[in-house]
Amino acid sequence: MANKRVVVDPITRIEGHLRIEVEVDENNVIQNAYSTSTLWRGLETIVKNRDPRDAGFLMQRICGVCTFSHYRAGIEAVEDALGIVPPLNAKLTRSLMNMALFMHDHVVHFYHLHGLDWVDVVSALDADPAKASKEAFKYAELPIATGENDLKKVKKRVKEFVDKGQLGPFANAYWGHKTYRLTPEQNLILLSHYLKALEVQRDLAKLMAMFGGKQPHPQSLTVGGVTCVMDLMDPSRMGEYLTLFKVGSEFIENAYQADVIMAAKMYKDEASVTEQAGVMNFMSHQEMQLNKTEFLFDTGIIENGDLSKVFDINEDLITEEATHSWYADNEALHPYNGKTNPNYTGFKDMDTVGPDGKMIHSKVIDENGKYSWIKSPRYDGKPMEVGPLACILISYAKGNEKIVPLVDDFLAKTGLPKAALFTTLGRTAARMIQVRAIAKHGLEAFNTLIENLKVDQDTFTSYKIDKDKEYRGRFIGDVPRGMLSHWIRIKNAVVENYQAVVPSTWNAGPIDSLGQIGPYEANLVGLKVQDLTQPLEIIRVIHSFDPCIACAVHVMDKKGNDLGTYKVDPFYGLSC
Amino acid sequence: MQEQILYEKLNKRLNDLEKLPRLKENKSIESHLDEKGVSRRDFMKWATAITVMLALPGSFTPLVAKAAKLSDRLPIIWLHMAECTGCSESLLRTDAPTIDSLIFDYISLEYHETLMAAAGWQAEHNLEHAIEAYKGQYILMVEGGIPSGNSAHYLTIGGHGHTGEHSAQLASKNAAAIFAIGTCSSFGGVQAAIPNPTGAVALSKVTNKPVINVPGCPPSEKNIVGTLLHYILYGTLPALDAYNRPKWAYGRRVHDLCERRGHFDAGEFVEEFGDEGAKKGYCLYKVGCKGPYTFNNCSKNKFNSHMSWPIQAGHGCIGCSEPDFWDTMGPFEEPVANRLYSTVFKGLGADATADKIGVGLLTATGIGIAAHAAISKFKNPKDGEE
Repeated sequence: MANKRVVVDPITRIEGHLRIEVEVDENNVIQNAYSTSTLWRGLETIVKNRDPRDAGFLMQRICGVCTFSHYRAGIEAVEDALGIVPPLNAKLTRSLMNMALFMHDHVVHFYHLHGLDWVDVVSALDADPAKASKEAFKYAELPIATGENDLKKVKKRVKEFVDKGQLGPFANAYWGHKTYRLTPEQNLILLSHYLKALEVQRDLAKLMAMFGGKQPHPQSLTVGGVTCVMDLMDPSRMGEYLTLFKVGSEFIENAYQADVIMAAKMYKDEASVTEQAGVMNFMSHQEMQLNKTEFLFDTGIIENGDLSKVFDINEDLITEEATHSWYADNEALHPYNGKTNPNYTGFKDMDTVGPDGKMIHSKVIDENGKYSWIKSPRYDGKPMEVGPLACILISYAKGNEKIVPLVDDFLAKTGLPKAALFTTLGRTAARMIQVRAIAKHGLEAFNTLIENLKVDQDTFTSYKIDKDKEYRGRFIGDVPRGMLSHWIRIKNAVVENYQAVVPSTWNAGPIDSLGQIGPYEANLVGLKVQDLTQPLEIIRVIHSFDPCIACAVHVMDKKGNDLGTYKVDPFYGLSC
Repeated sequence: MQEQILYEKLNKRLNDLEKLPRLKENKSIESHLDEKGVSRRDFMKWATAITVMLALPGSFTPLVAKAAKLSDRLPIIWLHMAECTGCSESLLRTDAPTIDSLIFDYISLEYHETLMAAAGWQAEHNLEHAIEAYKGQYILMVEGGIPSGNSAHYLTIGGHGHTGEHSAQLASKNAAAIFAIGTCSSFGGVQAAIPNPTGAVALSKVTNKPVINVPGCPPSEKNIVGTLLHYILYGTLPALDAYNRPKWAYGRRVHDLCERRGHFDAGEFVEEFGDEGAKKGYCLYKVGCKGPYTFNNCSKNKFNSHMSWPIQAGHGCIGCSEPDFWDTMGPFEEPVANRLYSTVFKGLGADATADKIGVGLLTATGIGIAAHAAISKFKNPKDGEE
């Protein structure tokens, strides 16, 4: 029997517009998988010819979720190009803001984005709140929001949803799916944390806004330093940071950590959670400056899942190609020299599996041609998985003394072998381990900052941009979704070329010229889908990457590099 | 007298609303709040705060409270176009007591890609269902610019590969009211900045129905939620400025209520980030603040539960709630004292909606700093190409 095509579009509970298509055989086992971004925005084109000092603000708008990452990357790429070293106070303040982002991002991801792939909301209706309250103590010393009365209220609230038949954002999901594994009591615990996390995320956003002015899109970094000098000199403000940091840390320890352990135990025989990671190459960059010289997370590359050796990164070996992306130039190029001419070839017509199991007329991608706005980045010609899992594996393999105990603790509590890390579950656990490390060690950056402020109040390094000089520089770091790099060339004191190679590009990119598939696609191939009309397994695997698709879409000149041909009426789009 | 008429009008509107069938079973917001440990007193305090925020007389507080109780009758469809999800994130930060639960439980969020549990065909079904079942009743909120015309297919959503433009038009058709949330949806936003490689346009360009713009990059959580409540109160579109922005939120310049305004008037400026003036909280005009040209209530309401706002964090306003600010307000860290006389919009920008007295004041004070600004040539991205 011929393979059947299944289209999942939109993939919801992510940032951006993502479509996944798979081909399954007669046993519903995925034979081929295709990851497609269906939106193109053009920010790297737009930043050209602008003042380099504006680059950070523009590039920040790549994403309102990892809202600090591209801002900092844009600012630091310019600093690198101009040879500016910001004062230590500025670097540490950026670290504090970055920690707030990681904690916020990972909490929201686990509970509000990925959470409903693990939690059957409807099943929580059958829970016994008293039993559930006891269950929570199995995983946390001091469980949060799981007292019997708390859980009674949550249950009542959910019951009302269901009884009304008016489920709002919970409507029409895959409730009752066979691959949900939690008991009703466990579902109730997680549901209570879903609601509690809505409060906590607000506090963690405040943690960033404290030094950032606002969140999303903070506005206190500038080329050369930070602008929030008054906040830094205000002890009550610093006290606020400590307080909210603690709120976040407590939730991470007694809810998030506990819930991941609980989920790991219950899902350890579910294939969509425990199947081996598709691309076994991992790459990450050092991140989270704690003092003058030390960083919390390590740099390196692991190949073929071998934890016994970590290779250094050679930046010259990073390339991007567009063989299967909607751009005309297929060749693999280093980001400093990236070239593009968009070449949108659209969809083709085909019948696919519809919501009721019958075949339905649909649009599908042309897998033999071009099929995504995302390019395919490669390191030394090889696909790499980036992200929290890569970060944790590399820090673990390097014997990072702040990370090793946390990984071992996770393995001990779940009874899982190291191999279990190279999976969807490992990806989800790594995110938790990352923020646990931040909660435990992040305040070292805070304390270093306080010590330094006693003798040094510098927050900004002066600089000049020489119109007659050409500059080039880059930012490389690890952000909540993995290794991020921005590459800039400056000429005549304006941006000449700009490229962002982002985590979700590494993970979500399409097939390359050698036929190698990227991490999203590789993780789906071989997976069995129980019910083609409810592809929960596909969603679960894809969500474990925390897709950020607006970030991933690689955008350049619409008409080659000849930007001079544009004639834009400034009144265009204005007349009301 | 005027107040009395308005009060009666609102009251009538609320009474009419009350007669509508409820979407959900009879359960008031009050009893819900009560269950959550929020007393009636707290609720009234919150309603008072909203009343003040909407710039209504204090006597209107009971009406606001009543309006909030009726808000569960509003199904919401939220669409994502060419965007960064920042506006959705901002919405999630709403903070007044249980205001997120207000949205979560009492506004029926029928479609929202970042939050909804359903995916794929099931998600598409939710959208189709909501448009049909709540015809003429739902509020459409749209985030993101819209690739249109020949570039419309630069955004497609769903198994049928419909363009974003198609979805936006379809959902607009039967909406009771349409809010463009954020600068992208209001004015095209960052993707529409020169050279606008995707042909992105504002929502108002693809529908002929009236659109209320709630700009900002992103708008504060208060402006998003406040706009919803404003609609519930009046049942008609609120008073709007020349750019269809609600006047209650965008009626004054950031400059008007800025905490550093005293330093502006006294001629005390930050000359360079990190200098003594920066440590003392001097005015940020000379390092590029666009507060005098930007209409928004940031200086009053701030962001993230009043935690801070950019100027408090020592960075100037970048003008993010003004049309085409990416092209007209940059470079963001340089002043443009002469903007009032020579903008690329030839007076069509923020200046057009500025009240004359305000402009006069700024101009008078601005003279002292014009010399500094004059040497900072206004750079337009187009300059580099010609």
